[in-house]
Amino acid sequence: MTALLKVHGLTAGYGGAPIIENVDIDVALHEIAVIIGPNGAGKSTLLKSIFALTSVSAGHILFDGRDIAGLKTSALVPLGISVVPQSRNVFPNLTVEENLDVGTYAAPPPDKAQTREKILTLFPDLRSKLKQAAGELSGGQRQMVAMGRAMMSEPKLLLLDEPTAGLSPAYLEKIFDLLLEIRKAGLTILMVEQNAKQALRIADRGHVLVMGRNFASGTGAELLADESVRRSFLGGGVA
Amino acid sequence: MMDFINLYLVSAFAIGSVYALGAVGISMIFGILRFAHFAHGDLMTIGAYGVLGAVTLLPVSPLLLVPFGIGIAILAALAVDHIFYKPLRQLPTIYTVISSFGVALIFRSLLQLFAGSENKVFQSGVRPPLVLFDTFRISVLHAEVIISTLVIALLLHMFLTRTRTGRSMRAVSDDTELAAVAGIDTENVVRWTWIIGAALAALAGVFAGLDTSAHPNLGWNLLLPMFAAAILGGIGKPMGAMLGGLIIGMVEELSSYNWIGEVALIPPSYKTATAFLIMVLLLIFRPQGLFKGRLL
Repeated sequence: MTALLKVHGLTAGYGGAPIIENVDIDVALHEIAVIIGPNGAGKSTLLKSIFALTSVSAGHILFDGRDIAGLKTSALVPLGISVVPQSRNVFPNLTVEENLDVGTYAAPPPDKAQTREKILTLFPDLRSKLKQAAGELSGGQRQMVAMGRAMMSEPKLLLLDEPTAGLSPAYLEKIFDLLLEIRKAGLTILMVEQNAKQALRIADRGHVLVMGRNFASGTGAELLADESVRRSFLGGGVA
Repeated sequence: MMDFINLYLVSAFAIGSVYALGAVGISMIFGILRFAHFAHGDLMTIGAYGVLGAVTLLPVSPLLLVPFGIGIAILAALAVDHIFYKPLRQLPTIYTVISSFGVALIFRSLLQLFAGSENKVFQSGVRPPLVLFDTFRISVLHAEVIISTLVIALLLHMFLTRTRTGRSMRAVSDDTELAAVAGIDTENVVRWTWIIGAALAALAGVFAGLDTSAHPNLGWNLLLPMFAAAILGGIGKPMGAMLGGLIIGMVEELSSYNWIGEVALIPPSYKTATAFLIMVLLLIFRPQGLFKGRLL
Protein backbone atom coordinates (compact mmCIF):
# COMPACT_ATOMS: atom_id res chain seq x y z
CA MET A 1 0.00 0.00 0.00
CA THR A 2 1.42 3.38 -1.00
CA ALA A 3 0.22 6.06 1.37
CA LEU A 4 -0.59 9.32 -0.45
CA LEU A 5 -1.39 11.01 2.85
CA LYS A 6 0.07 10.09 6.20
CA VAL A 7 -1.07 11.93 9.32
CA HIS A 8 1.08 11.06 12.29
CA GLY A 9 0.64 12.09 15.92
CA LEU A 10 -1.37 15.17 14.97
CA THR A 11 -2.52 17.51 17.73
CA ALA A 12 -4.45 20.58 16.59
CA GLY A 13 -7.18 23.04 17.51
CA TYR A 14 -8.20 26.66 17.21
CA GLY A 15 -5.82 28.37 19.59
CA GLY A 16 -7.22 27.12 22.91
CA ALA A 17 -7.24 23.53 24.12
CA PRO A 18 -6.54 21.02 21.32
CA ILE A 19 -9.60 19.47 19.64
CA ILE A 20 -7.75 16.47 18.25
CA GLU A 21 -4.84 14.77 20.00
CA ASN A 22 -2.18 12.43 18.71
CA VAL A 23 -4.26 11.33 15.71
CA ASP A 24 -2.86 8.94 13.08
CA ILE A 25 -4.47 8.19 9.73
CA ASP A 26 -3.17 6.84 6.44
CA VAL A 27 -4.83 7.31 3.09
CA ALA A 28 -3.59 5.06 0.28
CA LEU A 29 -3.40 6.15 -3.33
CA HIS A 30 -6.70 5.72 -5.24
CA GLU A 31 -8.77 4.82 -2.19
CA ILE A 32 -11.83 6.33 -0.57
CA ALA A 33 -11.15 6.89 3.10
CA VAL A 34 -13.87 8.05 5.45
CA ILE A 35 -13.66 9.57 8.92
CA ILE A 36 -16.66 8.83 11.12
CA GLY A 37 -17.51 9.42 14.75
CA PRO A 38 -19.98 11.14 17.03
CA ASN A 39 -20.62 14.90 16.97
CA GLY A 40 -17.75 16.87 18.40
CA ALA A 41 -15.24 14.05 17.83
CA GLY A 42 -12.99 16.41 15.86
CA LYS A 43 -13.67 14.97 12.39
CA SER A 44 -13.94 18.32 10.63
CA THR A 45 -11.04 19.68 12.68
CA LEU A 46 -8.86 16.84 11.36
CA LEU A 47 -9.84 17.69 7.78
CA LYS A 48 -9.28 21.39 8.37
CA SER A 49 -5.88 20.68 9.91
CA ILE A 50 -4.77 18.88 6.77
CA PHE A 51 -5.87 21.98 4.88
CA ALA A 52 -4.02 24.42 7.16
CA LEU A 53 -7.15 26.01 8.59
CA THR A 54 -6.35 25.22 12.25
CA SER A 55 -3.27 25.66 14.38
CA VAL A 56 -1.27 22.46 14.55
CA SER A 57 0.74 22.10 17.77
CA ALA A 58 2.34 18.69 17.20
CA GLY A 59 2.65 15.93 14.62
CA HIS A 60 3.31 15.55 10.93
CA ILE A 61 1.17 15.62 7.81
CA LEU A 62 2.98 13.92 4.96
CA PHE A 63 1.53 14.32 1.48
CA ASP A 64 3.29 12.43 -1.28
CA GLY A 65 6.26 12.08 1.06
CA ARG A 66 6.49 15.79 1.86
CA ASP A 67 5.64 17.35 5.24
CA ILE A 68 2.93 19.91 4.53
CA ALA A 69 2.16 20.92 8.13
CA GLY A 70 2.79 24.65 8.40
CA LEU A 71 2.23 25.41 4.71
CA LYS A 72 -0.38 28.01 3.81
CA THR A 73 -3.77 26.95 2.45
CA SER A 74 -3.04 28.66 -0.87
CA ALA A 75 0.15 26.59 -1.26
CA LEU A 76 -1.73 23.28 -0.95
CA VAL A 77 -3.87 23.55 -4.09
CA PRO A 78 -0.81 23.68 -6.39
CA LEU A 79 0.58 20.59 -4.59
CA GLY A 80 -2.52 18.63 -5.59
CA ILE A 81 -4.91 18.86 -2.63
CA SER A 82 -8.40 20.33 -3.07
CA VAL A 83 -11.05 20.76 -0.44
CA VAL A 84 -14.84 21.03 -0.55
CA PRO A 85 -16.10 22.71 2.65
CA GLN A 86 -19.36 21.52 4.20
CA SER A 87 -21.51 24.62 3.78
CA ARG A 88 -21.06 27.76 1.71
CA ASN A 89 -19.03 25.83 -0.80
CA VAL A 90 -19.95 27.68 -4.02
CA PHE A 91 -19.65 31.33 -5.07
CA PRO A 92 -23.39 32.14 -5.25
CA ASN A 93 -23.15 35.20 -7.53
CA LEU A 94 -20.80 33.56 -10.00
CA THR A 95 -22.23 31.35 -12.75
CA VAL A 96 -21.58 27.61 -12.67
CA GLU A 97 -19.08 28.10 -15.48
CA GLU A 98 -17.26 30.81 -13.52
CA ASN A 99 -17.25 28.68 -10.36
CA LEU A 100 -15.51 25.91 -12.30
CA ASP A 101 -13.09 28.39 -13.83
CA VAL A 102 -12.10 29.79 -10.41
CA GLY A 103 -10.96 26.24 -9.54
CA THR A 104 -8.16 26.51 -12.11
CA TYR A 105 -6.62 29.79 -10.88
CA ALA A 106 -4.33 28.42 -8.18
CA ALA A 107 -3.19 25.42 -10.20
CA PRO A 108 -4.06 25.52 -13.91
CA PRO A 109 -4.61 22.04 -15.38
CA PRO A 110 -2.58 21.12 -18.48
CA ASP A 111 -5.69 21.21 -20.69
CA LYS A 112 -8.50 23.24 -19.16
CA ALA A 113 -11.11 22.39 -21.83
CA GLN A 114 -10.42 18.67 -21.47
CA THR A 115 -10.63 18.80 -17.65
CA ARG A 116 -13.89 20.73 -17.85
CA GLU A 117 -15.32 18.20 -20.29
CA LYS A 118 -14.31 15.37 -17.96
CA ILE A 119 -16.07 17.08 -15.04
CA LEU A 120 -19.22 17.80 -17.06
CA THR A 121 -19.32 14.14 -18.12
CA LEU A 122 -19.15 13.20 -14.44
CA PHE A 123 -21.83 15.76 -13.47
CA PRO A 124 -24.08 15.93 -16.57
CA ASP A 125 -26.73 17.86 -14.57
CA LEU A 126 -24.46 20.91 -14.66
CA ARG A 127 -24.16 21.07 -18.43
CA SER A 128 -27.48 22.88 -18.88
CA LYS A 129 -26.82 25.18 -15.90
CA LEU A 130 -23.45 26.60 -16.95
CA LYS A 131 -24.74 30.16 -17.39
CA GLN A 132 -26.86 30.10 -14.22
CA ALA A 133 -25.75 31.70 -10.95
CA ALA A 134 -24.62 28.93 -8.58
CA GLY A 135 -26.70 30.45 -5.77
CA GLU A 136 -29.89 29.60 -7.68
CA LEU A 137 -29.20 25.85 -7.78
CA SER A 138 -30.57 23.14 -5.47
CA GLY A 139 -28.43 21.80 -2.60
CA GLY A 140 -27.42 18.68 -4.52
CA GLN A 141 -26.49 20.63 -7.64
CA ARG A 142 -24.47 23.08 -5.55
CA GLN A 143 -22.56 20.15 -4.06
CA MET A 144 -21.73 19.03 -7.61
CA VAL A 145 -20.54 22.53 -8.54
CA ALA A 146 -18.37 22.56 -5.41
CA MET A 147 -16.88 19.16 -6.21
CA GLY A 148 -16.42 20.15 -9.84
CA ARG A 149 -14.66 23.37 -8.82
CA ALA A 150 -12.32 21.42 -6.53
CA MET A 151 -11.52 18.94 -9.31
CA MET A 152 -10.72 21.59 -11.95
CA SER A 153 -7.13 21.82 -10.67
CA GLU A 154 -6.69 18.07 -11.36
CA PRO A 155 -5.85 17.32 -7.70
CA LYS A 156 -4.47 14.02 -6.47
CA LEU A 157 -6.36 14.20 -3.18
CA LEU A 158 -9.89 15.47 -2.67
CA LEU A 159 -10.97 16.38 0.88
CA LEU A 160 -14.74 16.45 1.40
CA ASP A 161 -16.41 17.72 4.56
CA GLU A 162 -19.80 15.99 4.84
CA PRO A 163 -20.66 15.98 1.13
CA THR A 164 -24.20 14.70 1.79
CA ALA A 165 -25.15 17.11 4.61
CA GLY A 166 -28.67 18.43 4.08
CA LEU A 167 -29.29 16.46 0.89
CA SER A 168 -32.38 14.39 0.10
CA PRO A 169 -31.98 10.57 0.17
CA ALA A 170 -32.10 10.46 -3.64
CA TYR A 171 -29.19 12.89 -3.92
CA LEU A 172 -27.34 11.10 -1.14
CA GLU A 173 -27.21 7.91 -3.24
CA LYS A 174 -26.20 9.94 -6.27
CA ILE A 175 -23.29 11.64 -4.48
CA PHE A 176 -22.00 8.29 -3.17
CA ASP A 177 -22.19 6.82 -6.69
CA LEU A 178 -20.31 9.85 -7.97
CA LEU A 179 -17.56 9.36 -5.41
CA LEU A 180 -16.99 5.85 -6.78
CA GLU A 181 -16.80 7.35 -10.28
CA ILE A 182 -14.35 9.98 -9.10
CA ARG A 183 -12.12 7.31 -7.60
CA LYS A 184 -12.30 5.38 -10.86
CA ALA A 185 -11.04 8.55 -12.59
CA GLY A 186 -7.84 8.24 -10.53
CA LEU A 187 -8.44 10.48 -7.51
CA THR A 188 -7.95 9.70 -3.86
CA ILE A 189 -10.73 10.82 -1.52
CA LEU A 190 -10.71 11.56 2.19
CA MET A 191 -14.07 12.57 3.59
CA VAL A 192 -15.89 13.24 6.81
CA GLU A 193 -19.39 11.78 6.77
CA GLN A 194 -22.39 11.69 9.09
CA ASN A 195 -24.17 8.98 7.12
CA ALA A 196 -21.62 6.52 8.47
CA LYS A 197 -23.23 3.27 7.34
CA GLN A 198 -23.67 4.27 3.69
CA ALA A 199 -20.23 5.88 3.65
CA LEU A 200 -18.50 2.76 4.99
CA ARG A 201 -20.21 0.66 2.31
CA ILE A 202 -18.39 2.55 -0.44
CA ALA A 203 -15.20 3.26 1.55
CA ASP A 204 -12.00 1.28 1.19
CA ARG A 205 -10.93 2.35 4.64
CA GLY A 206 -12.62 3.97 7.62
CA HIS A 207 -11.26 5.78 10.65
CA VAL A 208 -13.37 6.23 13.77
CA LEU A 209 -12.57 9.24 15.92
CA VAL A 210 -13.92 9.68 19.44
CA MET A 211 -13.22 12.67 21.68
CA GLY A 212 -10.44 13.83 19.35
CA ARG A 213 -8.56 10.51 19.39
CA ASN A 214 -8.30 7.41 17.21
CA PHE A 215 -10.87 4.83 18.30
CA ALA A 216 -10.74 2.27 15.52
CA SER A 217 -9.78 1.89 11.92
CA GLY A 218 -10.06 -0.78 9.27
CA THR A 219 -11.59 -1.49 5.90
CA GLY A 220 -15.17 -0.35 5.40
CA ALA A 221 -16.39 -3.95 5.68
CA GLU A 222 -14.39 -4.61 8.87
CA LEU A 223 -15.81 -1.55 10.61
CA LEU A 224 -19.34 -2.41 9.50
CA ALA A 225 -18.87 -5.87 11.02
CA ASP A 226 -17.18 -4.64 14.23
CA GLU A 227 -19.58 -5.06 17.11
CA SER A 228 -18.34 -2.11 19.26
CA VAL A 229 -18.26 0.29 16.31
CA ARG A 230 -21.69 -0.81 15.18
CA ARG A 231 -23.23 -0.43 18.62
CA SER A 232 -21.69 2.94 19.33
CA PHE A 233 -21.73 4.73 15.98
CA LEU A 234 -23.85 2.92 13.45
CA GLY A 235 -27.11 2.83 15.37
CA GLY A 236 -26.76 -0.91 16.23
CA GLY A 237 -28.62 -3.59 14.26
CA VAL A 238 -27.44 -5.28 11.12
CA ALA A 239 -25.41 -3.05 8.83
CA MET B 1 -38.83 70.35 -23.44
CA MET B 2 -35.37 71.08 -24.91
CA ASP B 3 -34.70 73.40 -22.00
CA PHE B 4 -35.40 70.54 -19.62
CA ILE B 5 -32.97 68.29 -21.51
CA ASN B 6 -30.25 70.92 -22.01
CA LEU B 7 -30.37 72.53 -18.59
CA TYR B 8 -31.35 69.67 -16.31
CA LEU B 9 -31.09 66.21 -17.84
CA VAL B 10 -27.59 66.59 -19.30
CA SER B 11 -26.08 68.00 -16.14
CA ALA B 12 -27.96 65.38 -14.09
CA PHE B 13 -26.32 62.70 -16.23
CA ALA B 14 -22.92 64.36 -15.80
CA ILE B 15 -23.08 64.68 -12.01
CA GLY B 16 -24.49 61.14 -11.89
CA SER B 17 -21.44 59.97 -13.83
CA VAL B 18 -19.13 61.52 -11.24
CA TYR B 19 -21.03 59.73 -8.46
CA ALA B 20 -20.96 56.52 -10.47
CA LEU B 21 -17.18 56.55 -10.88
CA GLY B 22 -16.66 57.26 -7.18
CA ALA B 23 -19.25 54.76 -6.00
CA VAL B 24 -17.63 51.83 -7.86
CA GLY B 25 -14.63 51.95 -5.54
CA ILE B 26 -16.75 52.35 -2.40
CA SER B 27 -18.86 49.35 -3.39
CA MET B 28 -15.88 47.14 -4.32
CA ILE B 29 -13.95 48.01 -1.15
CA PHE B 30 -17.04 47.28 0.93
CA GLY B 31 -17.58 43.98 -0.90
CA ILE B 32 -14.00 42.72 -0.73
CA LEU B 33 -12.53 44.34 2.39
CA ARG B 34 -15.84 44.60 4.25
CA PHE B 35 -15.53 48.21 5.41
CA ALA B 36 -16.96 51.62 4.53
CA HIS B 37 -14.01 53.60 3.16
CA PHE B 38 -14.55 57.13 4.38
CA ALA B 39 -11.35 58.42 2.77
CA HIS B 40 -12.66 57.63 -0.71
CA GLY B 41 -13.82 61.19 -1.36
CA ASP B 42 -10.39 62.46 -0.40
CA LEU B 43 -8.78 60.03 -2.86
CA MET B 44 -10.86 61.85 -5.50
CA THR B 45 -9.46 65.16 -4.27
CA ILE B 46 -5.91 63.81 -4.44
CA GLY B 47 -6.49 62.76 -8.04
CA ALA B 48 -7.81 66.23 -8.89
CA TYR B 49 -4.87 67.99 -7.23
CA GLY B 50 -2.45 65.62 -8.94
CA VAL B 51 -3.75 66.78 -12.30
CA LEU B 52 -3.86 70.39 -11.09
CA GLY B 53 -0.19 70.20 -10.14
CA ALA B 54 0.67 68.63 -13.48
CA VAL B 55 -1.21 71.36 -15.39
CA THR B 56 0.88 74.10 -13.77
CA LEU B 57 4.05 72.31 -14.89
CA LEU B 58 2.81 71.33 -18.32
CA PRO B 59 0.07 73.64 -19.63
CA VAL B 60 -1.90 71.25 -21.85
CA SER B 61 -5.53 70.07 -21.59
CA PRO B 62 -6.12 68.69 -18.05
CA LEU B 63 -7.70 65.55 -19.50
CA LEU B 64 -4.39 64.63 -21.12
CA LEU B 65 -2.81 64.70 -17.67
CA VAL B 66 -5.44 62.49 -16.00
CA PRO B 67 -3.06 59.47 -15.94
CA PHE B 68 -0.80 61.51 -13.67
CA GLY B 69 -3.61 62.15 -11.17
CA ILE B 70 -4.65 58.49 -11.37
CA GLY B 71 -1.08 57.38 -10.67
CA ILE B 72 -0.85 59.57 -7.56
CA ALA B 73 -4.23 58.38 -6.26
CA ILE B 74 -3.27 54.71 -6.78
CA LEU B 75 0.03 55.18 -4.96
CA ALA B 76 -1.76 56.98 -2.10
CA ALA B 77 -4.38 54.21 -1.84
CA LEU B 78 -1.83 51.37 -1.87
CA ALA B 79 0.30 53.21 0.70
CA VAL B 80 -2.54 53.84 3.18
CA ASP B 81 -3.76 50.27 2.77
CA HIS B 82 -0.30 48.96 3.60
CA ILE B 83 0.36 51.32 6.51
CA PHE B 84 -3.08 51.84 8.08
CA TYR B 85 -5.57 49.21 6.92
CA LYS B 86 -3.62 45.98 6.45
CA PRO B 87 -2.48 45.73 10.10
CA LEU B 88 -6.17 45.98 11.13
CA ARG B 89 -7.45 43.37 8.64
CA GLN B 90 -8.02 40.59 11.23
CA LEU B 91 -9.80 42.89 13.72
CA PRO B 92 -13.50 43.85 13.60
CA THR B 93 -14.00 46.17 10.62
CA ILE B 94 -15.05 49.14 12.77
CA TYR B 95 -11.32 49.66 13.50
CA THR B 96 -10.63 50.06 9.80
CA VAL B 97 -13.64 52.36 9.33
CA ILE B 98 -12.38 54.69 12.06
CA SER B 99 -8.88 54.45 10.62
CA SER B 100 -10.25 55.54 7.22
CA PHE B 101 -11.76 58.62 8.91
CA GLY B 102 -8.27 59.45 10.13
CA VAL B 103 -6.80 58.87 6.68
CA ALA B 104 -9.44 61.21 5.19
CA LEU B 105 -8.34 63.96 7.60
CA ILE B 106 -4.66 63.31 6.83
CA PHE B 107 -5.24 63.55 3.08
CA ARG B 108 -7.22 66.79 3.42
CA SER B 109 -4.76 68.42 5.81
CA LEU B 110 -1.80 67.55 3.60
CA LEU B 111 -3.54 69.10 0.60
CA GLN B 112 -4.33 72.25 2.59
CA LEU B 113 -0.76 72.41 3.84
CA PHE B 114 0.90 72.07 0.46
CA ALA B 115 -1.68 73.47 -1.95
CA GLY B 116 -3.62 75.95 0.16
CA SER B 117 -7.30 75.93 0.96
CA GLU B 118 -8.56 78.33 -1.72
CA ASN B 119 -10.53 77.29 -4.80
CA LYS B 120 -8.40 76.54 -7.82
CA VAL B 121 -9.46 76.36 -11.46
CA PHE B 122 -7.87 73.95 -13.90
CA GLN B 123 -8.12 76.11 -16.99
CA SER B 124 -9.50 79.53 -17.70
CA GLY B 125 -11.48 80.55 -20.73
CA VAL B 126 -14.81 79.35 -22.07
CA ARG B 127 -15.29 76.37 -24.35
CA PRO B 128 -18.35 76.82 -26.60
CA PRO B 129 -20.90 74.02 -26.15
CA LEU B 130 -21.51 71.36 -28.76
CA VAL B 131 -24.76 71.88 -30.65
CA LEU B 132 -26.49 68.88 -32.22
CA PHE B 133 -29.68 68.92 -34.32
CA ASP B 134 -29.83 72.74 -33.86
CA THR B 135 -31.48 72.52 -30.44
CA PHE B 136 -29.52 69.99 -28.34
CA ARG B 137 -26.72 71.74 -26.48
CA ILE B 138 -24.15 70.01 -24.30
CA SER B 139 -20.93 71.40 -22.84
CA VAL B 140 -17.77 69.73 -24.11
CA LEU B 141 -16.88 68.72 -20.55
CA HIS B 142 -20.25 67.09 -19.92
CA ALA B 143 -19.96 65.18 -23.19
CA GLU B 144 -16.49 64.01 -22.17
CA VAL B 145 -17.67 62.98 -18.70
CA ILE B 146 -20.71 61.07 -19.93
CA ILE B 147 -18.92 59.29 -22.78
CA SER B 148 -15.95 58.31 -20.59
CA THR B 149 -18.28 56.96 -17.91
CA LEU B 150 -20.22 54.83 -20.39
CA VAL B 151 -17.00 53.47 -21.91
CA ILE B 152 -15.61 52.72 -18.42
CA ALA B 153 -18.84 50.95 -17.42
CA LEU B 154 -18.47 48.68 -20.46
CA LEU B 155 -14.77 48.01 -19.80
CA LEU B 156 -15.40 47.37 -16.10
CA HIS B 157 -18.13 44.87 -16.93
CA MET B 158 -15.83 43.02 -19.30
CA PHE B 159 -13.01 43.08 -16.76
CA LEU B 160 -15.19 41.65 -13.98
CA THR B 161 -16.78 38.90 -16.08
CA ARG B 162 -14.09 37.90 -18.57
CA THR B 163 -10.71 38.23 -16.84
CA ARG B 164 -9.16 36.01 -14.21
CA THR B 165 -8.48 38.95 -11.87
CA GLY B 166 -12.04 40.26 -12.29
CA ARG B 167 -13.58 36.87 -11.57
CA SER B 168 -11.28 36.43 -8.57
CA MET B 169 -12.47 39.81 -7.26
CA ARG B 170 -16.10 38.73 -7.55
CA ALA B 171 -15.27 35.40 -5.90
CA VAL B 172 -13.59 37.10 -2.92
CA SER B 173 -16.52 39.52 -2.68
CA ASP B 174 -18.89 36.52 -2.60
CA ASP B 175 -17.02 34.49 0.03
CA THR B 176 -13.52 35.37 1.24
CA GLU B 177 -12.98 32.08 3.11
CA LEU B 178 -13.99 29.89 0.20
CA ALA B 179 -11.84 31.98 -2.14
CA ALA B 180 -8.83 31.36 0.12
CA VAL B 181 -9.63 27.64 0.29
CA ALA B 182 -9.82 27.57 -3.52
CA GLY B 183 -6.28 28.94 -3.56
CA ILE B 184 -7.08 32.48 -4.78
CA ASP B 185 -4.39 34.99 -3.83
CA THR B 186 -6.61 37.35 -1.80
CA GLU B 187 -3.89 39.97 -1.23
CA ASN B 188 -3.54 40.33 -4.99
CA VAL B 189 -7.30 40.82 -5.22
CA VAL B 190 -7.09 43.50 -2.51
CA ARG B 191 -4.34 45.26 -4.48
CA TRP B 192 -6.44 45.33 -7.64
CA THR B 193 -9.43 46.61 -5.69
CA TRP B 194 -7.40 49.63 -4.59
CA ILE B 195 -5.92 50.18 -8.04
CA ILE B 196 -9.30 50.22 -9.79
CA GLY B 197 -11.13 52.04 -6.98
CA ALA B 198 -8.48 54.77 -6.73
CA ALA B 199 -8.16 55.17 -10.51
CA LEU B 200 -11.89 55.72 -10.98
CA ALA B 201 -12.03 57.98 -7.91
CA ALA B 202 -9.22 60.13 -9.31
CA LEU B 203 -11.01 60.43 -12.65
CA ALA B 204 -14.24 61.38 -10.85
CA GLY B 205 -12.30 63.98 -8.83
CA VAL B 206 -10.84 65.55 -11.98
CA PHE B 207 -14.28 65.68 -13.61
CA ALA B 208 -15.84 67.23 -10.49
CA GLY B 209 -13.00 69.77 -10.24
CA LEU B 210 -13.25 70.66 -13.92
CA ASP B 211 -17.01 71.16 -13.60
CA THR B 212 -16.59 73.78 -10.87
CA SER B 213 -13.23 74.21 -9.18
CA ALA B 214 -10.84 72.19 -7.04
CA HIS B 215 -10.66 72.70 -3.28
CA PRO B 216 -9.58 70.44 -0.41
CA ASN B 217 -13.20 69.51 0.45
CA LEU B 218 -14.08 68.57 -3.16
CA GLY B 219 -14.34 64.81 -2.63
CA TRP B 220 -15.48 64.86 0.99
CA ASN B 221 -18.53 66.89 -0.06
CA LEU B 222 -19.44 64.19 -2.60
CA LEU B 223 -19.03 61.26 -0.22
CA LEU B 224 -22.64 61.11 0.96
CA PRO B 225 -24.29 60.80 -2.49
CA MET B 226 -21.60 58.28 -3.49
CA PHE B 227 -22.40 56.12 -0.47
CA ALA B 228 -26.10 56.43 -1.34
CA ALA B 229 -25.24 55.28 -4.88
CA ALA B 230 -23.22 52.28 -3.65
CA ILE B 231 -26.05 51.20 -1.34
CA LEU B 232 -28.67 51.75 -4.04
CA GLY B 233 -26.73 49.54 -6.46
CA GLY B 234 -26.15 46.86 -3.83
CA ILE B 235 -22.94 46.69 -1.78
CA GLY B 236 -20.26 44.68 -3.56
CA LYS B 237 -21.89 45.15 -6.98
CA PRO B 238 -19.69 47.57 -8.96
CA MET B 239 -22.04 47.71 -11.94
CA GLY B 240 -24.93 48.36 -9.54
CA ALA B 241 -22.94 51.23 -8.03
CA MET B 242 -22.53 52.71 -11.51
CA LEU B 243 -26.26 52.62 -12.12
CA GLY B 244 -26.89 53.82 -8.55
CA GLY B 245 -24.63 56.84 -9.18
CA LEU B 246 -26.52 57.80 -12.30
CA ILE B 247 -29.87 57.45 -10.53
CA ILE B 248 -28.78 59.47 -7.47
CA GLY B 249 -27.39 62.20 -9.75
CA MET B 250 -30.66 62.28 -11.70
CA VAL B 251 -32.85 62.42 -8.60
CA GLU B 252 -30.72 65.16 -7.04
CA GLU B 253 -30.70 67.38 -10.13
CA LEU B 254 -34.26 66.73 -11.23
CA SER B 255 -35.63 67.34 -7.73
CA SER B 256 -35.01 71.04 -8.29
CA TYR B 257 -36.85 71.17 -11.63
CA ASN B 258 -40.12 73.12 -11.66
CA TRP B 259 -42.30 70.02 -12.06
CA ILE B 260 -45.34 71.71 -10.53
CA GLY B 261 -45.97 75.37 -11.27
CA GLU B 262 -43.14 77.84 -11.86
CA VAL B 263 -40.84 77.28 -8.89
CA ALA B 264 -38.33 74.53 -8.21
CA LEU B 265 -39.91 71.45 -6.59
CA ILE B 266 -37.15 71.43 -3.98
CA PRO B 267 -34.88 74.48 -3.57
CA PRO B 268 -31.50 73.65 -5.20
CA SER B 269 -29.63 74.17 -1.93
CA TYR B 270 -31.47 71.10 -0.53
CA LYS B 271 -30.48 68.87 -3.45
CA THR B 272 -28.05 66.77 -1.40
CA ALA B 273 -30.82 66.06 1.08
CA THR B 274 -32.59 63.98 -1.58
CA ALA B 275 -29.57 61.62 -1.77
CA PHE B 276 -29.59 61.39 2.01
CA LEU B 277 -33.31 60.66 2.00
CA ILE B 278 -32.88 57.88 -0.61
CA MET B 279 -30.07 56.37 1.47
CA VAL B 280 -32.14 56.36 4.66
CA LEU B 281 -35.20 54.89 2.92
CA LEU B 282 -33.07 52.19 1.29
CA LEU B 283 -31.43 51.22 4.55
CA ILE B 284 -34.85 50.82 6.13
CA PHE B 285 -36.79 49.16 3.32
CA ARG B 286 -34.29 47.58 0.90
CA PRO B 287 -30.81 47.40 2.42
CA GLN B 288 -29.64 44.93 -0.23
CA GLY B 289 -30.14 47.60 -2.92
CA LEU B 290 -31.28 47.06 -6.51
CA PHE B 291 -28.93 44.14 -7.24
CA LYS B 292 -29.13 42.05 -4.08
CA GLY B 293 -25.90 43.30 -2.58
CA ARG B 294 -24.39 42.39 0.75
CA LEU B 295 -26.36 43.45 3.82
CA LEU B 296 -24.64 46.10 5.91
